[in-house]
Amino acid sequence: MKVVQKPYAKAFIDFAKDKKDVYCVTADLTSSCEVDTFRDQHPERFISLGMTEQNMVSFCSGLAMEGFWPFIHTFAVFLYRRVLDQIICSAAYPNRKVRLMGFLPGITTPGGITHQAIEDIAVLRCIPNMTILETGDATEVETVLDIADSIDGPVYVRVLRGEVLRLFDSPFQFNRLRLLSEGEDILLLTSGIMTEEALKVTGALKNAGVSICHLHVSTLKPFAEKEFLDCLSKVKHGVITLENHVITGGLGSIVSEIMAENGVSKKLTRLGLKDTFAHGASLYYLLAEYQMDAENLLKTVEKMMNIQTGIKKDNFLNTRDETGIELEKTEDL
Amino acid sequence: MTSDELQKTEEIALKIRRLVFEHTIKNNGGYLSQAASSADFLAALYSKILNLGKSIAPDMPLAYAGNPSSMNKNYTTGALYHGEKKDEYDRFFVSPAHYALVIYAALIAVGRMNEKALDLFNKDGSSVEMIGAEHSPGMEVTNGSLAQTLSMASGVAFARRVKKEKGRVWVFISDGEFQEGQTWETFLTMGHYNLNNMAVIADMNGQQCDGAVHTVMQIGDVEQKLRAFGANVMTVDGHNIKEIYRASEIKPYNGPLVILANTSPWRGMNALKKRYPRLHYVRFKSEAEKQNLKEEISKQLY
Repeated sequence: MKVVQKPYAKAFIDFAKDKKDVYCVTADLTSSCEVDTFRDQHPERFISLGMTEQNMVSFCSGLAMEGFWPFIHTFAVFLYRRVLDQIICSAAYPNRKVRLMGFLPGITTPGGITHQAIEDIAVLRCIPNMTILETGDATEVETVLDIADSIDGPVYVRVLRGEVLRLFDSPFQFNRLRLLSEGEDILLLTSGIMTEEALKVTGALKNAGVSICHLHVSTLKPFAEKEFLDCLSKVKHGVITLENHVITGGLGSIVSEIMAENGVSKKLTRLGLKDTFAHGASLYYLLAEYQMDAENLLKTVEKMMNIQTGIKKDNFLNTRDETGIELEKTEDL
Repeated sequence: MTSDELQKTEEIALKIRRLVFEHTIKNNGGYLSQAASSADFLAALYSKILNLGKSIAPDMPLAYAGNPSSMNKNYTTGALYHGEKKDEYDRFFVSPAHYALVIYAALIAVGRMNEKALDLFNKDGSSVEMIGAEHSPGMEVTNGSLAQTLSMASGVAFARRVKKEKGRVWVFISDGEFQEGQTWETFLTMGHYNLNNMAVIADMNGQQCDGAVHTVMQIGDVEQKLRAFGANVMTVDGHNIKEIYRASEIKPYNGPLVILANTSPWRGMNALKKRYPRLHYVRFKSEAEKQNLKEEISKQLY
């Protein structure tokens, strides 16, 4: 699979260069959010607001009131914790077209608790008028901007940066589940970087005779309930969710709510951070430490089906084999 | 400002105080001290300083029309009472939402709203809410979480400058808001982007919910602080209409204009002083207190 370098940098320029009402707004993390080239090419539509995040969210609401479309760029964690009141009163209640582009979602940063947005979906999902999107590969990073732009109201996006794998050849589709494989044994839902993680083992599972219906989720709010229920009705053993987030309030919770409300009694296992903070370390170290990696997914499948597949780690797909590049521990903050 | 204009403005200020006073007596409580402190500069703003179009809102406020959302097409804001949005017109943002009753009274006093609108105040299903939000008459943004209005208005001012609009963006804030971190983030931003199309007027009445500002959290020499943030600051007697008007005429080259209006929370209602420092919301402790305040304040207002 091919690794794309900084897909957002080019995507934002392509998206915004001819849209005179689009403004690029940052809070002292311009190059960290890959919009430094846009800043240099279009300084007249770049607004640096420094580390005034609370002011930034409300200020951008004011821009949106006047018909401009602000895209706020900062780390995901700074887009919902200290600015929650501003998100609610300045952006969500008045349904302003403010786009919150959150970088380094979940444990994709070694920055530890202060930099890891692990409960963002849970916090933002309960806010009326809010739309929540998550990118899982380079193609989605490249095509999410048009989707975000088309929504009448505030949008929060989990954006991937740096070296991003290209998994998909079709663009981001709003409120659709991406069917990666059909199957009758288990329904597997993954979002963001966890789809890449799952793909390391789903091929081996298929070879071992396990039939998995694998859905990639990129629209978390709203949620394609009917598509999900249709897939769910076809599987025998149960559902597994795998998310780069705490298991409360995110993908796992969304799925469990829908299952409960529709009276579907199938087993559900939610993989993700289990009521714990993480800490500063590399992605693959943390995925293993918190039992969110492909190996643990394999164990979960075996347990749910009560089988032993005999699959070893050697059988896993190396998703980054072409370049050998892995996300480095010391990515620039 | 002509003597006729001055006289008219004084009459409007008196009307604001009377309306809020009468409403407070009738409802056995209200944000009365806010009317005492802000009536004069609000009268000056609405009658002379602000360049606003005629109200395009219904004379009697409509019922609450639901939350704003992509599905709610009937949604409007209380800014309709400030008239059409046009290049040359000013915009007026009210930050301290608890002044809602005073703003409603001001809209009535200048003929932008029907006097009977106050009968809808704090009534279930009405848009004439007690604290107010962007659907309430005179409000354009959801302002009750203090300091956010100033940031939103700055965004509007930035956008209006890009569009080369001539009108100014006025924001009315309260002095307690100088305790909010976001206020200072916003003054940094206004200075950095030289938002000289903004004018801020602050009611320096020294009062907040817990009591006197200097006992709750001192805000110190706000004038010097604001200057250090790049603002053009004029400190005026907030009850002297001519002084307020003169300050409003300043069009700074760099940074926003800030008018610090030094006011008294019992101006025109001296009997309120007895309650000091508990003035934020006047709720009568007894029928005797109510009668006493009613008689004494009536003597001054009528």
